[in-house]
Amino acid sequence: MIKENKKQLMTGSKILIESLLKEGVDTIFGYPGGAVLNIYDELFNYRDKLNHILVRHEQGAAHAADGYARATGKVGVVLVTSGPGATNTITGIATAYMDSVPMVIITGQVPTSLIGNDAFQEADTVGITRPCTKHNYLVKDVGDLARIVKEAFYIASTGRPGPVLIDIPKDISSNVAEFDYPESIEMRSYNPTYFGHHVQILKVVDELLKAEKPMLYIGGGVISSNASNELKEIAEMLDLPIVSTLMGLGGFPSEHALFFGMLGMHGTYAANTGISNADFIVAVGSRFDDRVTGKVDEFGGKAKFAHIDIDPSSIGKNVKIDIPVVGDVKSVLNSMLEILSLKSKEIESTQYKRMKWLEELNMYKYEHPLSYKMTDVIKPQFVVEKIYELTDGDAIIATEVGQNQMWAAQFYKFKNPRSLLTSGGLGTMGYGFPAAIGAQVAFPNRTVFDIAGDGSIQMNIQELATAVQYNLPVKIAIINNNFLGMIRQWQELFYEKRYSFSKLNVNPDFVKLAESYGAVGLRANKPEQVEDVLKTALSIRKPVVMDFVVAQEEGVYPMVAPGYPITGMLLV
Amino acid sequence: MMEKNHILSILVENESGVLARVAGLFSARGFNIDGISVAGTLEKDESKMIISTYGDEQILEQITKQLNRLINVIKVQELTDDESVMRQTILVKVNADDSTKNEIFRIKEIFEARIVDVSRNAYVLEFSGSAKKMEAFIELIRPIGIKDIVKTGTIAITRSKK
Repeated sequence: MIKENKKQLMTGSKILIESLLKEGVDTIFGYPGGAVLNIYDELFNYRDKLNHILVRHEQGAAHAADGYARATGKVGVVLVTSGPGATNTITGIATAYMDSVPMVIITGQVPTSLIGNDAFQEADTVGITRPCTKHNYLVKDVGDLARIVKEAFYIASTGRPGPVLIDIPKDISSNVAEFDYPESIEMRSYNPTYFGHHVQILKVVDELLKAEKPMLYIGGGVISSNASNELKEIAEMLDLPIVSTLMGLGGFPSEHALFFGMLGMHGTYAANTGISNADFIVAVGSRFDDRVTGKVDEFGGKAKFAHIDIDPSSIGKNVKIDIPVVGDVKSVLNSMLEILSLKSKEIESTQYKRMKWLEELNMYKYEHPLSYKMTDVIKPQFVVEKIYELTDGDAIIATEVGQNQMWAAQFYKFKNPRSLLTSGGLGTMGYGFPAAIGAQVAFPNRTVFDIAGDGSIQMNIQELATAVQYNLPVKIAIINNNFLGMIRQWQELFYEKRYSFSKLNVNPDFVKLAESYGAVGLRANKPEQVEDVLKTALSIRKPVVMDFVVAQEEGVYPMVAPGYPITGMLLV
Repeated sequence: MMEKNHILSILVENESGVLARVAGLFSARGFNIDGISVAGTLEKDESKMIISTYGDEQILEQITKQLNRLINVIKVQELTDDESVMRQTILVKVNADDSTKNEIFRIKEIFEARIVDVSRNAYVLEFSGSAKKMEAFIELIRPIGIKDIVKTGTIAITRSKK
């Protein structure tokens, strides 16, 4: 039978790229290889429409797409080959999964006829990535490809976001089918709840008005649902103090009078003491991670808990919740605002008790602010403070993992959401630099920093070539203490200073290393050089590596020993 | 909280890899699978899994929520003793000689089991019943001499409303 209006036949490669364009993708991070050669060949025809960033290691591609996604809110896209190409992205995928970052990872696969034969560069990618993706697909028929791409983007970007992987065998990318991109999508087994239950939301509002010492404990959900404005409105309307997880930083302005800092293992004295004395805690898009709660039975003292989260499985997982609200943070906060708009009298009557509560919290803040002692050696905290001052809190800050990450979280005062890129859940060393590259690709004119350690920067240092090739002026500030600093700190505190294999006896000369890649290298050995180095770096439109030679045995404080209640802080 | 057995009925999309997703979730999150039975339903694109697991109410809640996160899972339901019919099926090969045949027939009658294979010195019995009856059946058969035994996981269905 001859069909009327026969649609154009296309190869799987062309279908894939056309589908990406339909999803509004303009940038992909990738690395070619045998199983994706068909796709790369087609990509050559689309050079003017699709910006492909060639990384130097597939892990870099995954983190760069992740950084791009976190900074923009769009879905990050990765394209790599089968086998080692796919396995190299695993750390990046797991990082994105733990932090709920929307990504679509496209991997090549050996031809369908060879699957299961231990073919060259074959790996069971779908099997390997099953536990670290929100969902994944092996495309078995080119006719399914367009629908699968549509579903993948839908799943990645809705509900609790996450990475979705599409594994495409080589024959599928050359087979042809009609291209018919679905306009809409309906999945009977996937329907995220966006609108919170009205009765539950009413209860939260009532409890907020009744409470003597309410507190909002915000997390990454505020940022992924773009709810910062609503949050600020509610907080200011009710004079609600805010504490934040690492992932929530930027969701509320750090310099705001109602903000009392990060809570948890390296949280501020005010945040940890405050939340322990609160009588009503509303978790907003946060998930009671062990680094936040410390000894979980004692978290929040005797307070009542409400929890707003789009993922029902986050609610009640670690802490018993009195008022669960399943829904998108932004939508739930909007409902709360609506309810509150009719309650101006009740709001007014809370003013006195709120004033007392804020006074108490400000006293904690005043008693033990974040601090450090200046010496004639550079202090890491000083470097971060200077970066904050010189960028006015407007930079995008990526971090690696360890002390550098905690100092960045403590001493950079984030003004805006999507300005901190950090691996909070998986804690991936080597994340920051490629993530900064991804953010810089998205925002060529913004200042993007990677605050790094001398250990973690070496985990993806090869991406310097990528930054230079695409003229991405990422600023890398290496807090160089010749140690795996956080490991050293734990060994100092909990292992009687037995520094077992945590000293990096040999490091490259980071200045020369930068120069050899065609980037700029700068070094500061003394506190008075820090500002000059940073100013110079900021004046150069090129990738710059700054080597800050800092005090070797500086620690991150406050610190709560693992498993202890968060009120038991070691202070400076 | 009290730990006990739970039977979950999980309706899933009939796609390759779904069993691996469900099983993987249980192992990754440290939940137990005591028994599992999977088969298609009347709908071509659906399968039903009946999983027996063990834990307190909070664990059960987490299992249910985590299962619901899987894209291919359509519906998760806990089936309770009171509101559902539960069955296991067993095939057991027993020694059958002149001294034991009478006993085998007696047990078969009592439990309404069936003899589905007969050879010179062994019978295969098929029995279907609740987990409790299954235990009683095995206890009675055991002294006769069990050569081999194979048991399905529990299958279960809700009772109609009375």
